[in-house]
Amino acid sequence: MGEMEQLRKEAESLKDDITAARKAVQDLTLQDHVAGTAVVGRVQLKTRKTLRGHLAKIYAMHWGTDSKLCVSASQDGKLIVWDSYSTNKVHAIPLKSSWVMTCSYAPSGNMVACGGLDNMCSIYNLKAKDGNVKVMRELAAHTGYLSCCRFLSDSEIITSSGDCTCLLWDIETGTEKTVFAGHLGDCMSLGVAPDFNTFISGACDFTAKLWDIRDGQCRQTFGGHESDINAIGFFPNGNAVITGSDDASCKLYDLRSDQELITFQDSSIMCGVTSLAPSLSGRLLLAGYDDFNCNIWDTLKAERVGVLSGHDNRVSCIGVTPDGMACCTGSWDSFLKIWN
Amino acid sequence: MSTSNNIAQARKLVEQLRIEAGFERIKVSKAAADLMSYCEQHARSDPLLVGVPTSENPFKDKKPCIIL
Repeated sequence: MGEMEQLRKEAESLKDDITAARKAVQDLTLQDHVAGTAVVGRVQLKTRKTLRGHLAKIYAMHWGTDSKLCVSASQDGKLIVWDSYSTNKVHAIPLKSSWVMTCSYAPSGNMVACGGLDNMCSIYNLKAKDGNVKVMRELAAHTGYLSCCRFLSDSEIITSSGDCTCLLWDIETGTEKTVFAGHLGDCMSLGVAPDFNTFISGACDFTAKLWDIRDGQCRQTFGGHESDINAIGFFPNGNAVITGSDDASCKLYDLRSDQELITFQDSSIMCGVTSLAPSLSGRLLLAGYDDFNCNIWDTLKAERVGVLSGHDNRVSCIGVTPDGMACCTGSWDSFLKIWN
Repeated sequence: MSTSNNIAQARKLVEQLRIEAGFERIKVSKAAADLMSYCEQHARSDPLLVGVPTSENPFKDKKPCIIL
């Protein structure tokens, strides 16, 4: 038997082992466990603010840690930092490349980052002494588009790319520290764990992967989706991962039992999930879809308990404030809306 | 040569699968209980779940005063 054939057989055998090991701990399903719990009551959120100013599709938004400022990215070639309480624009940053696909607010509030079809992650210093916002670093190494980026601190950022890898960067030196390779399709989205030790990535190979940030190792891989994963996020306690896919469903994977526990889908929903965010307690899952709406799901019962409608085009991004007070939706209709 | 490339890739995949197969899994009943318990513990302080009183809502509309 050639080595290739041997390796192929060993891979299949290991995959079977994993399937069996997952089944072996399935003493009860999540559905069994929550059978006695009532579905949460209907959730009706109202638009409290509309952030107007972008002139083209909004592709991404991210809340600052103060739950007041947020950054949005649009293919009008601008990053706008908003004071969401007053709707004032704190900064309007012109970008070198207008083909932006992602943005991120540093936890310190000192920087924002963005990137897209330029394959780079550009870091902007918001607190320069002369008051002007300018590019601080251009992180270039990816050979594909930048789909997502998230700061770990003012000195480190993680990026995901259409080149199928994720990278951990040293912002100070502008160089790559760690490569996270293993996905077989474009990486579309990433989320950092609440304890900052691991992160998750969702890709066009229909899988989500959990990575150890320090040693670059992929610890777990989750399958089950039937199409590209566009959105990914951690359940607030860091023990579960939620994904949103072009297959019109969201899935919750538990990390410690290493398996899918629940799928959020409905026969009336036939369009892809673009974005998602859990509420503060994790009990609600807000997910943006291609059909211009955002559905609110009861995370434990997998039933729809609300809808956010008000956008005139695809909801491309969604984020819940760190203090849980509100959620923000961004759309191809060029507006951001704040709801609670 | 592409054959040695394929073998290198196949070896990496097997290595990765070995790591993932060796993961120590907890019972789903425990995982489910912990998820439910976290939701219960934090429900009361989840503004989107329980609602935000207008007086405490930083996003509420401030209606201008009309001086008659």
